[in-house]
Amino acid sequence: MTGTVVTITSGKGGVGKTTAVANIAVALASEGQKVVCIDGDIGLRNLDVIMGLENRIVYDIVDVVEGRCRTRQAMIRDKRLPELFLIPAAQTRDKNAVSPSDMVRLCDELRGEVDWILIDSPAGIERGFRNAVAPADRVLIVTNPEMSAVRDADRVIGLLEAEEKPAPSLIINRLNPSMVRRGDMLSVDDVYDLLRIDVIGIVPEDENVIVASNRGTPLALDGKSKAGQAFRNIARRLNGEQVPFIDLESQSLWDRLARLAGRK
Amino acid sequence: MGFFERLTGKKSARSAKERLQLVLIHDRTDLTPTALDTLKDDLIAVISRHVEIDPANVRIDLTREGREQRLVADIPLRPTTRRRAN
Repeated sequence: MTGTVVTITSGKGGVGKTTAVANIAVALASEGQKVVCIDGDIGLRNLDVIMGLENRIVYDIVDVVEGRCRTRQAMIRDKRLPELFLIPAAQTRDKNAVSPSDMVRLCDELRGEVDWILIDSPAGIERGFRNAVAPADRVLIVTNPEMSAVRDADRVIGLLEAEEKPAPSLIINRLNPSMVRRGDMLSVDDVYDLLRIDVIGIVPEDENVIVASNRGTPLALDGKSKAGQAFRNIARRLNGEQVPFIDLESQSLWDRLARLAGRK
Repeated sequence: MGFFERLTGKKSARSAKERLQLVLIHDRTDLTPTALDTLKDDLIAVISRHVEIDPANVRIDLTREGREQRLVADIPLRPTTRRRAN
């Protein structure tokens, strides 16, 4: 087995990196692939709560790096998907406890055991970011159709270019189709035109993301929500499948009725 | 349609895109508008040593093609009204 290391990063905080990691991981694992997620945000861990695994943590990534446990012991098995694992971040240490070469070594060890290693990068462009991208075979950049998120995404793309990392792909998260139609939100084409990197996913804004995080059960587990569907499509595209993008721009029946009635 | 929008006639997404286009060019090149002006003055000085140009109409622009930036200079030359000695 030669696992692929995929790092999810963004520059700006709060754009949905952790949600993306949890959902893509769940989607890959529910297709029967073996996945390990690594929370790279040392000192501010969150992937554990989004995945609903916070009560099972015994060892964390710093324990692995400092040799207090074997890698296997720090891999928490998911409650629902037996092929999904999490290596949590340390909560009480700082980001300098792990170095880029530690990450490369850890990922090289894991590559032999799993299909996918997904790394949740912290916000920013400092040590934690460099740790997260050091072992990456692929980098996914999450952005929102909004000024500061697009600007920070561009900065991260520039840094990856300078480090001669493989060309990153873009996830446009929290797209609000009706705002785009009104001309009050950057469209997918606008964001693509500004950043000019391959788009691997378009995820609509969805209240269910909050509900899912409240429950600790990532959206991609259930079949109905559009955001969950969008994340499952990203997983399939990572696997090399050609999957058409969900049509978010066309109007719902309700939108059309409201427009006819002169309410919009 | 909001009041402000009716006043300016411009959708906010369009403003966002136009503003970002400028911000990204300067972020990527580390060239501020002031630095670009200084560069323009230097360029005018150097070129004027060799040919007569029309400094008022020199244009320097940063353009993009994909993720590549390009510095484009448009430097109009003065018609040579060369007076011969004698």
